[in-house]
Amino acid sequence: MRPGVLAVYRWELQKLRFQKRTYLGLGAAALVPIIFAVAVATQNGQPNDVAFGRYIHQTGLAIPLVLLLFGSIWMFPLITALVAGDIVAAEDHNGTLKTILTRSVERGQVFVGKALATATYAIAAIALTGAVAIVAGSLASGLHPLPTLSGTTISTGRALVLIGASLLVYLIPILAIATIGLLFSTIFRNSAAAVVGTLMASLLLQLIGILPGLEALQPYLLSTQFNAWQGLLRQPVDWAPIVRAGWVCSLYAVPAFVAAMLVFLRRDVAGG
Amino acid sequence: MSVSQAQGPPVEVRGLVKRYGELVAVAGVDLTVLPGDVFGYLGPNGAGKTTSLRMMLGLIRPSEGSVRLFGRDPQAGVAALDGVAGFVEAPRFYPYLTGRRNLELCAALDGDGAATRVGEVLDIVELSDRAKDRVGAYSHGMRQRLGIAAALLRRPKLMLLDEPATGLDPAGMRDMRLLVRRLADGGMTVVLSSHLLAEVEELCNRVAIVRQGRMAYEGTLAELRLAAGTVYHLRTTDDDRALAVCSAQAGIDDAAPGQHGGIAFRAPSEQAVGELSLALAEAGALVLELAPNRATLEDLFFALTEGDGDAAPSPAPAVVERAA
Repeated sequence: MRPGVLAVYRWELQKLRFQKRTYLGLGAAALVPIIFAVAVATQNGQPNDVAFGRYIHQTGLAIPLVLLLFGSIWMFPLITALVAGDIVAAEDHNGTLKTILTRSVERGQVFVGKALATATYAIAAIALTGAVAIVAGSLASGLHPLPTLSGTTISTGRALVLIGASLLVYLIPILAIATIGLLFSTIFRNSAAAVVGTLMASLLLQLIGILPGLEALQPYLLSTQFNAWQGLLRQPVDWAPIVRAGWVCSLYAVPAFVAAMLVFLRRDVAGG
Repeated sequence: MSVSQAQGPPVEVRGLVKRYGELVAVAGVDLTVLPGDVFGYLGPNGAGKTTSLRMMLGLIRPSEGSVRLFGRDPQAGVAALDGVAGFVEAPRFYPYLTGRRNLELCAALDGDGAATRVGEVLDIVELSDRAKDRVGAYSHGMRQRLGIAAALLRRPKLMLLDEPATGLDPAGMRDMRLLVRRLADGGMTVVLSSHLLAEVEELCNRVAIVRQGRMAYEGTLAELRLAAGTVYHLRTTDDDRALAVCSAQAGIDDAAPGQHGGIAFRAPSEQAVGELSLALAEAGALVLELAPNRATLEDLFFALTEGDGDAAPSPAPAVVERAA
């Protein structure tokens, strides 16, 4: 039987397992919440200007949420870009693309397998941050009920469920950034350029969001969608920003994915 | 369609052209590799050999022309590569994985029970004892052998090898030569691009010589030598008179002063040489030395690939004599 996407996906995960950059990204995803929790435990100050910032000493469950806000600026885009920008470009640069493209899997299957591995890594990074932040936050400030953005307070159990759901919603723009990274990785054929390019694209969108006179663009910027999860922490739940995050991110992700795949399918593999 | 069902020779290339903007890397290559051939694909650096092999393996798209492997178009999908394996330039692997893991990866992407053959191919290329080492620590020769092992996983009927012995030490080159010979003896068709002309001469029954992206010759080595004719070296008691006799003698071609004295000429048969020796005696130029210089592949290669570009399958005697 001819192997398919699943075989490629499994081996992409194997390759990620043996690469340093994987652990660099996942290490950062685990370390940042710990550092943040230690800072919370040892200092009295709090970031009052961000959502849930004022509650970080009141309940450890506020800590993962504050991290989601801070992490959207560069940490999560960078962690995502580390693998998304590298996954095609590194193979191109090292000449291993020709090794796998002369086996029995179609190019399209190779590309989809790589895209799935990229997404898996991004999901793992977000899940790791969330899990470590909950544990570290609980140790620093305790597991207590969480005040919502509507001023009500929800139980610890419900807060944990909503934090999990928030991480899922947060993944929507993260996966859009991953597809942009995949596109750059395919086009640039250079790992560093693709990683930096992905991060720059993310930062550029954030910059556009704060430029005066461009407020009308804000709902359609990828950076704005990083706040969509906050709709879950209102009572009643505000689905509008989550729905918008879905289609706005698709506007970025789908063209990037299709373009990357077309380039990958049609490219001459002449390097290495 | 499996190899057994395939229609057509292992490799059939027609009018193959590859352009990169203004640069024409391959300018109209035609070649046919027959079942059981050990086919030498020769040419100087930049002649278009590797680009041709990349097109054969479906890694790059031809600008014009066609490639068929057992009658199938490699651009139509990987099914065309069933029964085909090989590598272009150096085989490349993941340096952070062991040799065995690299092969397991290749096998996973091959399917068809290839995973069960990993140990077997490691034995064939004599890498079993280093299979647990990371490829990053492998020597160039070990990577080349691992490349062969990765190709063998596919149980190929056709193997495309791009300069497999380049960069190897003499022992590595010998081992690679023996390995290719063993594969060929097992009935595999092998296409071998190489700069190592002695190796091609020893291994290959048919050759193609490409120059500046164009075919200069395709056929058997015997036919190439025949087309070139045998070059003879002659020394007499009076070389000036002998040269005049040679030039006038029917059946004697391209007579010219030899580079190291004497005269070089080409003759299609020993009969013509015998008649020349009689004519020389009658003219008073007594023969002191008359010996054939059978052209080596290297002689023929240089004759076909150097010069003004209008290559002909008939190298000049002086060129042959220089190499001899």
